[in-house]
Amino acid sequence: MVCLKDVHFAYGERSILKGIDLSVRRGQVVAIMGGSGSGKTTLLRLIGGQLRASQGEVRVAGSDLSRLGRNDLYALRRRMGMLFQFGALFTDMTVYDNVAFPLREHTDLPPEVVRDLVLMKLDAVGLRGAGALMPAELSGGMARRVALARAVALDPMLIMYDEPFAGLDPISLGVVGQLIRRLNDALGASSILVTHDVHESLEIVDYVYFVSDGRIVAAGSPDEIRASTDPFVHQFVHAEIDGPVPFHYPAEPIAQALLGGRG
Amino acid sequence: MMGRSVSFVRRLGASVVDGIWRLGFATRFMVLLLVYSGQSFRRLHLTIREIYFSGVLSLLIIIVSGLFVGMVLGLQGYETLQRFGSGDALGVLVALSLTRELGPVVAGLLFASRAGSAVTAEIGLMKTTEQLKAMDMMAVSPIARVVAPRFWGGVISMPFLAAIFSTMGVVGGWLIGVVFIGVDAGAFWSQMQAAVDFRYDVLNGVIKSVVFGVAVSLIAVFEGYDCTPTAEGVSRAITRTVVSSALAILALDFVLTSFMFRG
Repeated sequence: MVCLKDVHFAYGERSILKGIDLSVRRGQVVAIMGGSGSGKTTLLRLIGGQLRASQGEVRVAGSDLSRLGRNDLYALRRRMGMLFQFGALFTDMTVYDNVAFPLREHTDLPPEVVRDLVLMKLDAVGLRGAGALMPAELSGGMARRVALARAVALDPMLIMYDEPFAGLDPISLGVVGQLIRRLNDALGASSILVTHDVHESLEIVDYVYFVSDGRIVAAGSPDEIRASTDPFVHQFVHAEIDGPVPFHYPAEPIAQALLGGRG
Repeated sequence: MMGRSVSFVRRLGASVVDGIWRLGFATRFMVLLLVYSGQSFRRLHLTIREIYFSGVLSLLIIIVSGLFVGMVLGLQGYETLQRFGSGDALGVLVALSLTRELGPVVAGLLFASRAGSAVTAEIGLMKTTEQLKAMDMMAVSPIARVVAPRFWGGVISMPFLAAIFSTMGVVGGWLIGVVFIGVDAGAFWSQMQAAVDFRYDVLNGVIKSVVFGVAVSLIAVFEGYDCTPTAEGVSRAITRTVVSSALAILALDFVLTSFMFRG
């Protein structure tokens, strides 16, 4: 479904991705994990065609994204769904209209059918009764669930999730996690999660890629990841401060910084 | 010294490159806006909604301001005209000032600060909250769905607002001149009717208001679309909209006046 070969990407002079190889098969739920600033979201944007790789190949459903024009890219995106980190709901529309938006834009379905589909999608995320609410009236977890219903409104073949668990309470976290798995299996789609949440992700995904400094540093099934002795994976899974991933942004030693001015 | 010069040249070069890049982006944006306008007109309800927000909701400020400007013109005009024994020509002075200059210019300035700033803020906030990106990921062009209706809503509203401003101004002038000061009503209206030429005065005023509507709407949608997606970025974009629109209106007014009313 998704295949990345030797993908490089840079913002100006700053290199973000340095030779990524990654693949996602149909029906799989794959997590991409890594520290802040490791290039995870950039990877998701490359797969969604929002950014173009400076080198290498990004293929989605067999199409090389670098060769697609705007119309072809839009045709491909109609078969993709994306959940943004903060939901990105349209604030001037009700919950119902948000979920109906892709259906109204891309299909000629009669309003009664749109209504039935929207109610089914909202029911799947447990918010059938919230159709009349405005996004400002929703909690963070509810907004994320509405965004999820909107992302799957057109029954996509590929669903991308940008930090789906960030800021959720434990109940919402479990519900959203199970929803991602259930929706993926029900639609026969593929899902890619960019996330920091190791334990919740390992419960629902089929495969995990660890990204650090723009490279894939480890990969495996959840069981392989749990059993891994790789220092990077171990540090990440067990949330340890010591390890190959530095906690501190590169800087001079603190003693030097504190005393330097008094020299 | 050498270091400072190099730094100055570097900054200068960066700002020139940035300016050229922005100009290119603005040109591309304008072309896309025109290309997608067809799509926007096919869903006319979006443009009608923006005419309501930009035009109808600006009516109150336009009506009140027009009335006051006309009343001031009535007071000042009569004061000056009566020195030359031409108090009866007050209607001519009020009508010509409004239709040729004050109507389009002041209505344009009010429109920029009331509707232009609101459009910039709305598009800028949609960008900041990733709503535009979400739309793009759903294969719906934000330029067709968000930008073009707001642009055309502004362009269509502006001439009507300028006409209403001028009409209210004439009413204000009549109120002060005829009702309060006692200028002969027959002279007020008949001299106005005789002196104001529909094509030369009224139509040129309408052309001006259309040009100002295009300028203000284009600046407003572009600044919103191009803003840095932060709270500060949106605030700066709004400021730029108001300042650039005011300067554009005044500069364009000079150019148009020099072509239209050379005598």
